[in-house]
Amino acid sequence: MNGSLVGSYVVPVHPHPLLVPEQNEGWGRIRAAFDEARDAIKESGADLLIIYSTTWPSIIGHQIQADPNPQWTLVDQDFHDLGSMDYSFNIDAEFAEAWNAANHNRGLQSRTVAYHGFPIDVGSVVALKLLNPDNAIPAVIVSSNVYANRSETTVLAKACLDVIKKTGRKAVAVTAMSMSNRMFTEFIDPSDDRIHSLKDDEWNRKVLEFLEEGRLEDVAQLSRTIHQQIRVQKVVTFKPMWWLSAMNGNRNNLTGRVLAYEALHGAGGAVVQLDPTSTGMGDKEYDEDDVEYYRGERNVLDAEEHSTESDEPLTPQTGPALWEPPESQGAVNSKAAPKPVGMYPHARQVGDLLYLSGVGPRQPGTNAIPGGPIRDDDGNPVEYDIKAQTRAVVENIARILEEAGSSMDKIVDVTSFLVDMDRDFAGYNEVWAETLGHYGPTRTTLAIRALPTPIAVEMKVIAKI
Amino acid sequence: MTELAPTLMAKGSIVAGCLAPHPPHLVYAENPPQNEPTSEGGWEQLRWGYERLRESLSNIDHDVLVLLSPHWQTYVGTHFLGIPHFEGLSVDPVFPNLFRYNYDMNIDVELSQAIHDKAKGSGLAVKMMENPDFRVDYGTITTGHMVNPAFDKPLVVISSNRSTHYYSVEVMQEMMMELGRVTREAIEESGKKAVILASNSLSHRHFTTESEVPEDMSKEHIASHAMHLWDMRIIDYMRTGQAQRILDEMPEFTEQAIAESDGGGLTWLLSTLSVPNYPAILHGYGTIIGTGNAIVEWPCYAHEGDAQ
Ligand SMILES: [Fe+2]
Repeated sequence: MNGSLVGSYVVPVHPHPLLVPEQNEGWGRIRAAFDEARDAIKESGADLLIIYSTTWPSIIGHQIQADPNPQWTLVDQDFHDLGSMDYSFNIDAEFAEAWNAANHNRGLQSRTVAYHGFPIDVGSVVALKLLNPDNAIPAVIVSSNVYANRSETTVLAKACLDVIKKTGRKAVAVTAMSMSNRMFTEFIDPSDDRIHSLKDDEWNRKVLEFLEEGRLEDVAQLSRTIHQQIRVQKVVTFKPMWWLSAMNGNRNNLTGRVLAYEALHGAGGAVVQLDPTSTGMGDKEYDEDDVEYYRGERNVLDAEEHSTESDEPLTPQTGPALWEPPESQGAVNSKAAPKPVGMYPHARQVGDLLYLSGVGPRQPGTNAIPGGPIRDDDGNPVEYDIKAQTRAVVENIARILEEAGSSMDKIVDVTSFLVDMDRDFAGYNEVWAETLGHYGPTRTTLAIRALPTPIAVEMKVIAKI
Repeated sequence: MTELAPTLMAKGSIVAGCLAPHPPHLVYAENPPQNEPTSEGGWEQLRWGYERLRESLSNIDHDVLVLLSPHWQTYVGTHFLGIPHFEGLSVDPVFPNLFRYNYDMNIDVELSQAIHDKAKGSGLAVKMMENPDFRVDYGTITTGHMVNPAFDKPLVVISSNRSTHYYSVEVMQEMMMELGRVTREAIEESGKKAVILASNSLSHRHFTTESEVPEDMSKEHIASHAMHLWDMRIIDYMRTGQAQRILDEMPEFTEQAIAESDGGGLTWLLSTLSVPNYPAILHGYGTIIGTGNAIVEWPCYAHEGDAQ
């Protein structure tokens, strides 16, 4: 199947265009732009609306709405006098679950939520009520994690794309967000609304100029600067642009249109359409790291037992030397995989088959072992986490396959080696079920006496290319 | 609501002021009938602390609880719940697995309006919240539950203006000192006896993972040593009657401990108590997914006039 993103939109989060568009001409123009976007989405034949909302903050990773039909009456915390917002949405729970699983595969903390009465945030409610009023297109909503950095937010998008591609969806991505988000801190007459300051207005116009030129990745790379300049600190940062740009393949040659830009109680509200069609504009000058898997700051609970933070890698002081992998015919070597412990390549291609050398959990660059080594430098056994090790093996496999132009779903056969079957089989098997198990390769698991480095698990993989 | 007509009554007073944090984990761990999820307990140090606070308050005659919650976040002014009764289901947007609570509470609209009017008179932007569909925030409900699970006393519920982030801690403190002063005045004029509740944690760096069993206490500890030091420093000031020093150090504390005092509750509380110079009672301290939480009571009834 050939799923893809067929369009992207940036929309504001305030309830004014939904509840009282008639009270201010600018609010009316935002409403008209929402209507235009609604019609364009319909015409695009999209079969999925994905909302990334800055008014849904989360702490434990990202949350994805998975209640098939959430219903409630929302009242804004500030603008409660503008009226109530009844909602009843059509959520694609199956997609939500698949996205959640894809997040886990890429190392993200993530969960779905499906609870009666869950408070869907104002940004999502405004977007879905105006862009999809008859619920014709199923939707998913994802939160904005307050602690997430760029790599985590980028990987969130890539996991989403994994599912879009796999399920053949025609998806539209929407970020519910303000441009400048400083509102007036006093009550104003609707007719007096304007952008809070000239400085905010100028920055907004610059950002919109970039977007109109389709330079989404440039805006994403300026996110931190934009946040510092025109955003109230500790209100969700300008991270939606990271997500949206990654959803679009981190490109600068989209086709952009600003449908409206107006003040909403002082904040900058814009409706922007970004078409994936390439313009003549040159593509990106891509200078931030492109991240495929997330492995940051996610082990706080276990931090005391064994740190997997990269600034203090558990590099074994002893053990075999590391080799530069040889460039034999058909060899595939990846900088994103750990260096081999002998003179062999990471993988070798024969016809349309790819044979991988045994893959362990060691981290490229640092050589650290997620979950900890199985023995210390003196050879004494130490406590380790088989699940973390297995997960790291799977991630290394994914990186090597990708470098070779293959992917996880093309794995044919796996032979796994465990140094302690009794202790580790269950944990290994659990991670298998969460990851490789989804793709259905055949598998053989063997207990062996030792591996050359202090690791507990290694896998030998054959994949199609 | 109140048993006595406020006219011709003696001067009202604040009988106790409390720091009463609101992590929904505490309600979850209590397994009350109002909450849908069930647990095997957890966070006992804090729950026993709340038990001691409830015991202490049960010995102090009071008519109303006046509460400021950092989870009713308003950017445009300070708001007050302005209709007499609220009920419904509250689901925590961050921890929906722990908190889905059926609430039912009464509001002392008269006192809310009186505080609102005085605040307006002193130049603060204020608004009464009169939309019947409004859902009460989970911070208010959690603190309300932990202090008075029967919800048989009316509340005044005040929103948290986000002035710390729009301006600075200093501006927030100016506004909250004023709001505290008018809150006290309005209570005194109302003839009612009030308990003040600031619903916030101290240090506020969360873990970003949750253990499989959320109430697994083997996983619970402070997020970092620096956070612990800050919490102990602030608690020490509370226990030794040095409220002014808390206010003085609020900018550093709020920034370095990412403290939930950013919401203004603690400053407002200390202002309603006229910046107390008598020791507070520490009923409990503990961490919740890494954040520092203290349950503290200033027994004002025993110190009337002391701090003026
Ligand atoms: Fe909180």
